[in-house]
Amino acid sequence: MVVSNADDVRIADAANNLGQTPDAEPRRSFPPSDTGRWLAPLVSFVLILALWQAVVVLLRLPRFILPPPLDVLTALVNNFPLLLRDTWVTMRETLLGFALSIVIAVPLAIGIASSATLRNGIYPFLLLGQSIPKQAIAPLLLLWIGYGEMPKILLAFLTAFFPIVVNTAIGLSMTPPEMRDLGRLLSASRWRVFSKVTFPSAMPYFFAGLKVAISLAIVGAVIGEFIGADQGLGQRIVVASGNQRTELAFAAILMLSLLGIVLFAAVSLAEKIICPWYGKD
Amino acid sequence: MIELRSVSMTYRTRKKGSVTALADLNLTVEAGEFVALVRPSGCGKSTILKLVSGLLAPTSGEVQIDGRAVRGPRREMGFVFQTPVLLPWRTVRDNVLLPIEMLGLPVKAHAARADELLAKVGLGDFKKAQPWELSGGMQQRVGICRALVHDPDVLLMDEPFAALDAMTREALGIELLRIWEERRKMVLFVTHSIPEAVLLADRVVVMSPRPGRIAGVVPIDLPRPRHIEQEYDEGFKSAALTIRHLIEHGGPTLTPTPMAAGSGEARDGRR
Repeated sequence: MVVSNADDVRIADAANNLGQTPDAEPRRSFPPSDTGRWLAPLVSFVLILALWQAVVVLLRLPRFILPPPLDVLTALVNNFPLLLRDTWVTMRETLLGFALSIVIAVPLAIGIASSATLRNGIYPFLLLGQSIPKQAIAPLLLLWIGYGEMPKILLAFLTAFFPIVVNTAIGLSMTPPEMRDLGRLLSASRWRVFSKVTFPSAMPYFFAGLKVAISLAIVGAVIGEFIGADQGLGQRIVVASGNQRTELAFAAILMLSLLGIVLFAAVSLAEKIICPWYGKD
Repeated sequence: MIELRSVSMTYRTRKKGSVTALADLNLTVEAGEFVALVRPSGCGKSTILKLVSGLLAPTSGEVQIDGRAVRGPRREMGFVFQTPVLLPWRTVRDNVLLPIEMLGLPVKAHAARADELLAKVGLGDFKKAQPWELSGGMQQRVGICRALVHDPDVLLMDEPFAALDAMTREALGIELLRIWEERRKMVLFVTHSIPEAVLLADRVVVMSPRPGRIAGVVPIDLPRPRHIEQEYDEGFKSAALTIRHLIEHGGPTLTPTPMAAGSGEARDGRR
């Protein structure tokens, strides 16, 4: 394994050196080449799975305490349509809550960034709201709104909302003072300066907020499903655990983490498309 | 003509109470004149530029441009900052056109003007490049084009080349002069560098710190168009020395100091 890895690195290096002088020594690159970049995590992933399987077998753990990885895989394959439907439900709740938090957070951030009065009026309540664990509100939301999609969307919204407001507000106040001066110098309207300078320069901060928020939105939706739901990955985990079908719970958790990765990657992709300049300075 | 008439500027700060940045300052920039302000320290560095641009109002006294008092920002003003502050999501050309958009003027009609300016500073091939693809010197060239795109009658420059290496700095100074020779605008150029001030300006105004006053005015009588080799002329050296003396020993005086008279000798010596 190790030898073939080293060979790959050398081949990659040789390929990199093709355009250079023929007598140049192939350099061992560090950080590792592209091959090493995906091979290394793959190897450690396989090792961890092997260790997991070994622990379960050697310690003879009951399957409902810790199912071996192969059982989890089987459960995933056998229950795939069910899990896919649950994933869809949780994703819908997450995305609707996430969208709602953007729709409400951005105008609020604009208000906070443009007026000291609004900032002083809004910020304390934001902080107060943020200091309340969302799990604590979940039962109340269920009491008020009942079962169904809405309380999950609201929980996703509540958890995702704060980082978007704070980051966007910071981004909006980071406009270079020279740019403000330039706007004033040319007697440009506030709207012109905002739309041409302030808002675009806040985009990287907005996206930093979104990246935190999308992961939190999933947490919010799952909490909602924990408290009371008849579908969704969170509800699947609760029910499977209750029935001692731990391997199914693990499969649901796996889907949940996949969902998290996909949504995070989607936000990162949107960031790369919308602000390709970021990090290039 | 820009005139500052007994202008004083006092800032109120929370920690120190009030700070006098400028005290009873008189300064005139003639039409088409290039004036450099040499300041020994950073205190209230850009206050004069902000007063002339109308971004700040003086505590007392008055700023006039062509006989009219400055009461707020005027559009006919180009400003070059210490750092280029380009917008990274805009191409080089669109950065140059930003003032046009801010003014609400037709962008398309000014695109040719932007391209022409970029070509003049040797960035003709970089119109569509992104700012981050340019070196620091190239970025500041874009900053200069941006300041000139709406053809202002006054150009205010706040240590525009301070962040650049010495070689780039000289080259950019000469380029700036070349553009300026074509359409002579009034230029107020703040710098820490004595050679830069002498190389570029018609007159060098030496400031004394805290509160800002004029320590002396040194006329630079080197022939134009200027070039870098003039730095080794006797006239250049003696003017630089005069400025150096004013910075080290100069008091708050408005009359020409004995050192300023020395520049007259230098003129003779050059011939």
